[in-house]
Amino acid sequence: MQGNIACAEGALAAGCRFFGGYPITPSTEVAEHMAKMMPKVGGVFIQMEDEIASISSIIGASWTGVKAMTATSGPGFSLMMENIGYAAITETPIVIINVQRGGPSTGQPTMSAQGDMMQCRFGSHGDFSIIALTPSTVQEMYELTVKAFNLAEEFRCPVFLMSDETIGHMRERIEIPDSVDVVNRKELEKGKLPYETDADNPVPGFPTFGHGHRVHVTGLTHDARGYPDTTNHKTHSDLVRRLVGKVESKRHEIADYDIAGTDAEIVFLTYGPATRTVRQIMKDSPDLKIGHINLRIVWPFPENVLKEFPNAKVFIVPEMNMGQIGREVARHTPVKVVYLPKLGGDMHTPQDLMEAYDREKALIGGGN
Amino acid sequence: MRHEVLFSGFGGQGIILSAVILGRAAAIYDRKYAVQTQVYGPEARGGASMSAVVIDDEQILYPEVSNPDTYVIMSQPGYDKYGAGARDDAFVIYDKDLVFSKPSCRNLPVPATQTAKELTGRTIVANIIMLGAVVRSSGIVSEEAIRKAVLDSVPKGTEDLNLKALNAGFELGAKDSQ
Repeated sequence: MQGNIACAEGALAAGCRFFGGYPITPSTEVAEHMAKMMPKVGGVFIQMEDEIASISSIIGASWTGVKAMTATSGPGFSLMMENIGYAAITETPIVIINVQRGGPSTGQPTMSAQGDMMQCRFGSHGDFSIIALTPSTVQEMYELTVKAFNLAEEFRCPVFLMSDETIGHMRERIEIPDSVDVVNRKELEKGKLPYETDADNPVPGFPTFGHGHRVHVTGLTHDARGYPDTTNHKTHSDLVRRLVGKVESKRHEIADYDIAGTDAEIVFLTYGPATRTVRQIMKDSPDLKIGHINLRIVWPFPENVLKEFPNAKVFIVPEMNMGQIGREVARHTPVKVVYLPKLGGDMHTPQDLMEAYDREKALIGGGN
Repeated sequence: MRHEVLFSGFGGQGIILSAVILGRAAAIYDRKYAVQTQVYGPEARGGASMSAVVIDDEQILYPEVSNPDTYVIMSQPGYDKYGAGARDDAFVIYDKDLVFSKPSCRNLPVPATQTAKELTGRTIVANIIMLGAVVRSSGIVSEEAIRKAVLDSVPKGTEDLNLKALNAGFELGAKDSQ
């Protein structure tokens, strides 16, 4: 099965029943498959006029209580930025699939990249938090899409599957389970205000349209009733701190990663395709001491994982961008961080990583 | 054992579909591991097209082909770009109506397009003939597996046409390679 199809299948298994999108290489197969499947499961597929309308449609659909998603790539993702912030401040659960291609602008439509990793975190203006998942296999295209929906419901924020052309267009065998664990929307209790929260419960219940709640949804700074309150410093500060804190304070529980070779001095940190390349060199050279962190969730960044490598003298971060997550790693550790950008559309080869390993090994010196 | 098979030709010949079918045969019907990848441009038909399959008994980590042992070539530009650099112990199978170069490694010229035209009147099945030929001559997947995978992958109503092409490919693949 192709990665993009596995993503669509995962969405359906998670309960997605609305897809609004605009086709763009290399994500189009997600939309195609949703168009084919939605009528069969009683859901809705709409091809919108552009990506601004696409994200608007899934936000609206989500407020009717349905699980909704869209799929796009760089140029469409850029158009979605404004309403990502709107989803964040209105606390609308949505899932956005970004099958990344080479940018900036229309760049390399048919080639692979990871250049939108910072954009998904900080692309929309203002402070808020999001969750971003990064698959490295077709199986994970399925599993992490399910997980994306569950996290969106749990945290009421935009959740991104940050895939890429390599994994999106790759085909391999996958095992589809008979059933998956699904988190459904927690309805607002009657008698509670729509945005009423406390320190222990920073995510309010959801006042679904048509379920008898009095609710006002606005992108303006709002109070617990949902009414605009745009000049009160405390209202704004409390709201923004909660939007950031509800995700960031749980980052070590949200974290999803594998680690290997925790006693190594040279540690690779990867997400997406390069994960497979590191595993290849570890298999090919079992005698070398290689540490490896594979992140399945990049945002919120689980910095505690770096402490699992007490002997680390260098973290090497291979990315198909100029070093976006590498800088995040460097922000959290006094250990040397080496960026290993790969641009042009290909994933890192085993040779790329071995050269970096040998270079760092020579600098560190000593035995193996 | 890891096998890397590279297909190249023009967009529209079914180069990507060929790799998908071979990968399906290996992964679904021979219960091995297979990963299929591709390189394509924004053009639809007539542009350069390349796709690849890695087949292994063990889980496949690095998914791209780096040093193919088998090539299936259906255009001269595809040969120039990929086949010409084949390693000495590789096997190159090519459509002799479309590729005019002579590989230096073990190779098998197959009149796929000509056979497709004469046998079925449809050159579109030339890629299926190539698949039959490469499976018979390399044994990379079982013939039963490729037969099932072809039937899974072709449009309804074209099963007989494609099986005819596949069987013709088996026969052409049985000839000695050079």
